[in-house]
Amino acid sequence: MADRDDHNESGPQRRRLLQAGLGAAALGVIPGAGQLAASAQAAFDWKRFKGEKIEVFLNKSPRGDLLTRFHKEFEDMTGIGVGSEMIPEQQQRQKAVIEFNSGNTSFDVIALSYHVQKRMFGKNKWMEDVRPLMADKSITDPNLDFADFSKGGMAWATQPDGRIDSLPFNIDPWVIYYNKELFDAKGVAYPKSFAEIIDAAAKLNDPAKGISGFVARGLKNANVPAWTSFLLGCGGGFVDATNGRLMTDNAAAVESAKIYQTLLSKYGPQGVAGYNWNEAQSLFLQGKAAMWLDGIGFAQPLEDPAKSRIVGKVGYGVMPPGPKAQVSAMFGDGEGISSFSKKKGPSWLYLQWASNKANQFRMLQAAAGAPVRNSAYIAAQTSTDIKAPRQWIECMLTSARIAQPGLPIIVPVTEFRDIFGIALTNMINGADAATELRKATAEFQPILDKSEKA
Amino acid sequence: MSMTVTPAAPRAGFLARRRRSYRLFIAPALVVIGAVIVFPWLFTLWMSVFDWKIGSAAHFVGLENYETLLVNRRFIEAVVHTFYFTALAVVVPLLLGTAAAMIFHREFPFRGVLRGVFIMPMMATPVAVALVWTMMFHPQQGVLNYLLSLVGLPPSLWVYSPTLVIPSLVMVEVWHWTPLVMLIVLGGLAALPTEPYESARLDGATEWQLFRFITLPLVAPFLVVAAVIRTIDALKTFDTIYVITGGGPGTASETINLYLYLQAFAFYNIGTASAVVVVFFVIVLALALLLLHVREKTKWS
Repeated sequence: MADRDDHNESGPQRRRLLQAGLGAAALGVIPGAGQLAASAQAAFDWKRFKGEKIEVFLNKSPRGDLLTRFHKEFEDMTGIGVGSEMIPEQQQRQKAVIEFNSGNTSFDVIALSYHVQKRMFGKNKWMEDVRPLMADKSITDPNLDFADFSKGGMAWATQPDGRIDSLPFNIDPWVIYYNKELFDAKGVAYPKSFAEIIDAAAKLNDPAKGISGFVARGLKNANVPAWTSFLLGCGGGFVDATNGRLMTDNAAAVESAKIYQTLLSKYGPQGVAGYNWNEAQSLFLQGKAAMWLDGIGFAQPLEDPAKSRIVGKVGYGVMPPGPKAQVSAMFGDGEGISSFSKKKGPSWLYLQWASNKANQFRMLQAAAGAPVRNSAYIAAQTSTDIKAPRQWIECMLTSARIAQPGLPIIVPVTEFRDIFGIALTNMINGADAATELRKATAEFQPILDKSEKA
Repeated sequence: MSMTVTPAAPRAGFLARRRRSYRLFIAPALVVIGAVIVFPWLFTLWMSVFDWKIGSAAHFVGLENYETLLVNRRFIEAVVHTFYFTALAVVVPLLLGTAAAMIFHREFPFRGVLRGVFIMPMMATPVAVALVWTMMFHPQQGVLNYLLSLVGLPPSLWVYSPTLVIPSLVMVEVWHWTPLVMLIVLGGLAALPTEPYESARLDGATEWQLFRFITLPLVAPFLVVAAVIRTIDALKTFDTIYVITGGGPGTASETINLYLYLQAFAFYNIGTASAVVVVFFVIVLALALLLLHVREKTKWS
């Protein structure tokens, strides 16, 4: 039943989208848009693996929902059956590691989070290098248009040894959502530096009315990118590539941690040390926070009148420049083919379909994430069929240009997040930033060394 | 002598045959126990002496995993949190459960219905209970702070405060499991003889004296059973803590189980995780022996 409902829902949307795509292509705005409609007639034989069946392993997210909704389209186009499993992110990651480690996977295609799994998957060569597949003209659609993928997206998908073992799907730069009404009421302008963020938070913080000047994740593990958003702007980094030493207790690290500490402990809500993105979101949705720092993918709930009390009042701000640089910390997702898969051909077709221009545009349209294809943004500028606010799209475009990975590309990412997350939580509860960072760095260095040696 | 020896020989052979044939019947149980209990146990012991992270090769390190655990500040804190949590989560339900049992043991209108209502929390799924409490604990939107504000008290941080988090979690446990203790003690009370009370009353004993010197000693064995069950439950509590705080804020409510889960399923350190399991097992075993000892003592008195 649920399945049928999905298809009913997707029908009209798909037609609308194809019309939009064709319209844009006719105007010559996007080279190769409307590829879906055109490709069936092109020389490329999508049906060469007709009758085969592949298993796709996705995680529960707006992106996973989007792909699942359109799987029928892929099946119709290629004749390949798609079995898909979609489970919550954390469980999906655990299951993936256990299956890969056993040397046999139940899935052919897997969705991965670069900021958590890239190095681990790459080091173990768990995913197929797609470069040879891409070079094979018989199984690669000429309309793939590889150059259309943004640099940031390709940087995520490329391993240090040059292997490209996935196709990027979306990036998730961190931005500051701000409540325009609260800003206007006090005559405060959107901050143009880190110091101005603190000033604005101080002016807008109003505990008597239950309004916090600033909110972000304080919960251990989840909170690390909120700190690294400042760390990168202060000119800091994670690991010194020349000697493998952590740089997480140097002056830039301490400076950025103090900014994080001040914003959350002085101008954050009570109990922010237990806040993940959903608590922060619900506070902001109710108009009880002036600024909220998090990934860009939250426009949908913020502009949904059923959930939000601040529809139309939300400003989407690019991370302001720090003392050394203007950087937006970024996450990213992509899809790769399991090295243990026996159906690499059909899986490669699936990857090409999942990351094609139509799907990338759909993602923008549904505000489900930030596409990695430049063409999606160009199409968005002329499309009238996008519900997301203009400022959100502009913010995304600018942020994508200044985006850098918000977490170190190492195997023990989860331990990094855990150890530094605890340090940050302790800081919110009053501990000294420099001491906590020193302790965390000392604790994590041996773990990092071991993982790099192994 | 000779009379008995002659018939004994075939009899012994018969017994031996009988014993042999019985042994065969134990085999299925042995195989099952071996496969699901003994083998995993030995395998855990074996893994605990390796430095083994999923995705890389395992190296034999002897007792190094244990040595690092014993000096690991975080692990030791986890042990302390576990004991703190367990002590509160055993003692408070025991006191409240006994009190509730005393009340429900008396005759009063609607007793049956009220007993039914009282044991309802026990039937709820722990994860669902935890999710509901998470909402109630919320410092801005939670109902608990609203209730405090009604009686003019300042809002509390509940599970968002490093010092209050364990007592707050114990509140959930108490709400959830006091009824169990009540049921066990109520069973004990129902089995008590009435004569001692009558004679004590004739001697002019007060209600408190009746409870202290008659009821309590007589239901003590039941209390010990309740304590054993509660201790086991409290030690292995995972779902409530994982859902409500995930061990936080920071590591303030990280118990051995949460630490173990992190090591095994978040960091994939199979060797370390196995060592934690072994240490945890030793702790559970020691506590179980202690409680058994107490139980023997209550029997004798």
